Amino acid sequence: MGEIEFRLPDIGEGVVEGEIVIWHVNEADVVKEDDPILDVMTDKATVTIPSPTDGKIIKINGKAGEMLKVGQVCIVFEVEGAPSIEKTEEVKEEKSESQEIKKEIPKPQIATKPQPQVRKKGERVMASPAVRKKARESGIDLASINGSGPGGRITHSDLDTWKEAGSPVAAAGPARTALSGIKEIPVIGLRRKIAEQMSKSYSTIAHFSYFEEVDVTNLEKLRVHLNDNRSENQPKLTYLPFIMQALVKALSEHPQCNAHYMDEDEKVLQFEAINLGIATQTDKGLFVPVVKNVEAQDIWESAKEMIRVSSAARDGKATMDDLQGSTFTITSLGRMGGLGATPIINHPEVGILGVHNAKETPVVIDGRIEIRRIMRLSSSWDHRVVDGWDGAMLVQTLKNFLEHPATIFM
Amino acid sequence: METKRCKVLVIGAGPGGYVAAIRSGQLGMDTIIVEGERAGGTCLIRGCIPSKAIIHAAHKFHSLQKHSADKGHMGIKLPSPAELNLKDLISWKEDIVDKLNKGVEGLLKAAKVTLVSGWAKFIDAKTCIVTNSNGDIRIEAEHVILANGSIPIELPFMPFNDDVISSRDALELKELPKHLVVVGGGYIGLELGIAYKLLGSEVTIIEAMDSVLPIFDKELRRPVELYLKKNKISVHTKSFAKGVEKSKNGIKINYTDSKGELKSLEADKVLVTVGRKPRSKDSGIEKMGIKMNEQGFILVDKKCATNMRNVWAIGDVADSGEMLAHVASNQGEMVAEIIAGHIREFDPVSVPAIVFTEPEIISVGMSPDEGKKYCETLGTKLLTGKFPLAANGRSLTMEAEKTGGFVRVIAREDNHQILGIHAVGSSVSELSGEFSLALEMGALLEDVAGTIHAHPTMSEAFHEAILATLGHAIHIS
Repeated sequence: MGEIEFRLPDIGEGVVEGEIVIWHVNEADVVKEDDPILDVMTDKATVTIPSPTDGKIIKINGKAGEMLKVGQVCIVFEVEGAPSIEKTEEVKEEKSESQEIKKEIPKPQIATKPQPQVRKKGERVMASPAVRKKARESGIDLASINGSGPGGRITHSDLDTWKEAGSPVAAAGPARTALSGIKEIPVIGLRRKIAEQMSKSYSTIAHFSYFEEVDVTNLEKLRVHLNDNRSENQPKLTYLPFIMQALVKALSEHPQCNAHYMDEDEKVLQFEAINLGIATQTDKGLFVPVVKNVEAQDIWESAKEMIRVSSAARDGKATMDDLQGSTFTITSLGRMGGLGATPIINHPEVGILGVHNAKETPVVIDGRIEIRRIMRLSSSWDHRVVDGWDGAMLVQTLKNFLEHPATIFM
Repeated sequence: METKRCKVLVIGAGPGGYVAAIRSGQLGMDTIIVEGERAGGTCLIRGCIPSKAIIHAAHKFHSLQKHSADKGHMGIKLPSPAELNLKDLISWKEDIVDKLNKGVEGLLKAAKVTLVSGWAKFIDAKTCIVTNSNGDIRIEAEHVILANGSIPIELPFMPFNDDVISSRDALELKELPKHLVVVGGGYIGLELGIAYKLLGSEVTIIEAMDSVLPIFDKELRRPVELYLKKNKISVHTKSFAKGVEKSKNGIKINYTDSKGELKSLEADKVLVTVGRKPRSKDSGIEKMGIKMNEQGFILVDKKCATNMRNVWAIGDVADSGEMLAHVASNQGEMVAEIIAGHIREFDPVSVPAIVFTEPEIISVGMSPDEGKKYCETLGTKLLTGKFPLAANGRSLTMEAEKTGGFVRVIAREDNHQILGIHAVGSSVSELSGEFSLALEMGALLEDVAGTIHAHPTMSEAFHEAILATLGHAIHIS
């Protein structure tokens, strides 16, 4: 009998530490090689660490919510046939040449569910007629879902997962009894990251919000036309790609809005590139995947890239690169509507745009009431570096483009 | 004038229209269907069904002849040759047609659909006048489903008459032509040409392209071409009909051959099967303000909606896919459901195509060329597997292998998704259902490989073709 110390392996991409999300094992458990032992959350992704060996667990270090450094001992196994006790020093930067038992550590695997396969360019959607029917009736475009079935086939459960992610509010039960229970939910993992980021944004940035209505009747016509005439490999256009394209033009006219305020260094970085963060609700929580260099994309390309990064975020497949580098953020409240919102700026950016649903609304034009399709926009700005005038002007410029959609493409 | 009002008005009681009307009635909508001839349309009355009846009878007659030959066949010998009475054959076929026609009328009635006889003439998009022997009826509807169907294309220089006949006339012949010349070697011409050959006519086919059945790939049509050759049906490819004239024994058809030389043939009848065109020129459709393309097909979207609100077009008259009965029926059912508020779209993975020649051909999904291109865009390769009917026990017992038939499968190399299934051989048409199901369900090769296929059936040949695509067919070395 001997002991093996297992250190948190290098999870890749420059990650130096991770937070323990959950232990799948307890001390004194007997495990087999490749059994999951713990989930570790890094900056962006949750990684399940499998057991490197068969053996009994003598000791585990750290509780859920605590941080573990790469190279830190996280678990000690008692292993049959292993040489006598091997205690090694904490591994810091360089690898020590000690007599540490070199046991090949299996590559960590991300998540445990069957992974949806990302469809290639030009690849047709594969789904049975019953799944297609259900999707149509739920208003879901199957092209936006990746299938986890054999060969990338979209299954009923893929569809259900997608639907659940889209409408997370559960219906209230019929019974009306007084309740007294309190559920304690530890704020760890992604939720803690979101909490930290929000506190930082809200406590350091002097927010002001500005709202406007936009008449998108003409834009809707153009959108429907483009969708009706699109080719098979072109994605269905929502309003967002148009807003992204219009923002490219508006932000170039108001470069002070496409910036980072590095408050500690007391300087503002204005960007030429327009990298738009797309706030995306996933079943794990809020992610902000980024569509990079929208200024170099046409509407179809930006639509496609937006679908790619947001589904990657939803499927837990987003890479580090997909999740960083935004210069401005859009948060779409489309499906839910709402009169207005005061979105919180994604620090260190200086502005954020909230997009509400478009709906037919009576509007007075030349003394007559007409039915127009009206969309509300909410925006927030960092008043420390963006003056009220500038924030409002950006929104007015954007409105102008959206109300005269041809000008977006000129 | 009597005026009727309804929620759904269907024009044409063919396989598109009557299905639309029945479904509409089932969904509780007040429905009227207008038909100028008999309920059943081209499919039941003068197309698919009667031609299959004649083809079946022709095969029966032909095999009886084998049994009355010198030594008989399979140990069965008839003492004297079988005799054909074409008139009786046609009336046997009419009995089948009558039965189906009555069946459709019964189904319409059971679904509480009103069948109005007569030809509809639209005066605006939602109103038509139907003229019949009892006078005119005006019908106003909330929704109009145009299922007007199609008619055979006539060659302007040789219009239809007693000698130059359409596919419809070919199903009503009183006398067997000694020499039948078929202009157009597509599926209709070949099905009827082969049937008349089996009944005893001499048959010649004149085709403009460089082969018959040009929509299928070479490998797939090869067994049919061999059958034509073996059974002495002469085929002139790259040849163009130029006109007919009276001759002393009947008529003479002039044509240019593949070298461009003018030739002529004596014939009793000339059957022209150069295609069908949408029936969109009568019925006052031009008054409805709906858009058509140059060929006269009504333009529709994936829901079969025309540019005019609440006017729909399905089947052969619509620009919505192949001119096939099963497309029309599917669309008919769909449109009725859309009107009733269901969310539907015409989105099949594949539309099966079947040709009832001897041997029969089925093609479902992509052709090998399409499959290859699709795989190239995805950066993968196309797998192909083939299994000959000659190695399938059931086929041997049915003499279905004699024509060199096979089942062929194409699939993606990277994920083994089946992209197309093709078969040629006697009696293979009944296999098509499984082929379509596999494609609609998005089956992988392994899905079919893991499905037990009953022995002894021809469907085992499909299983084996799948195994061959995976590289391990059992009954072939």
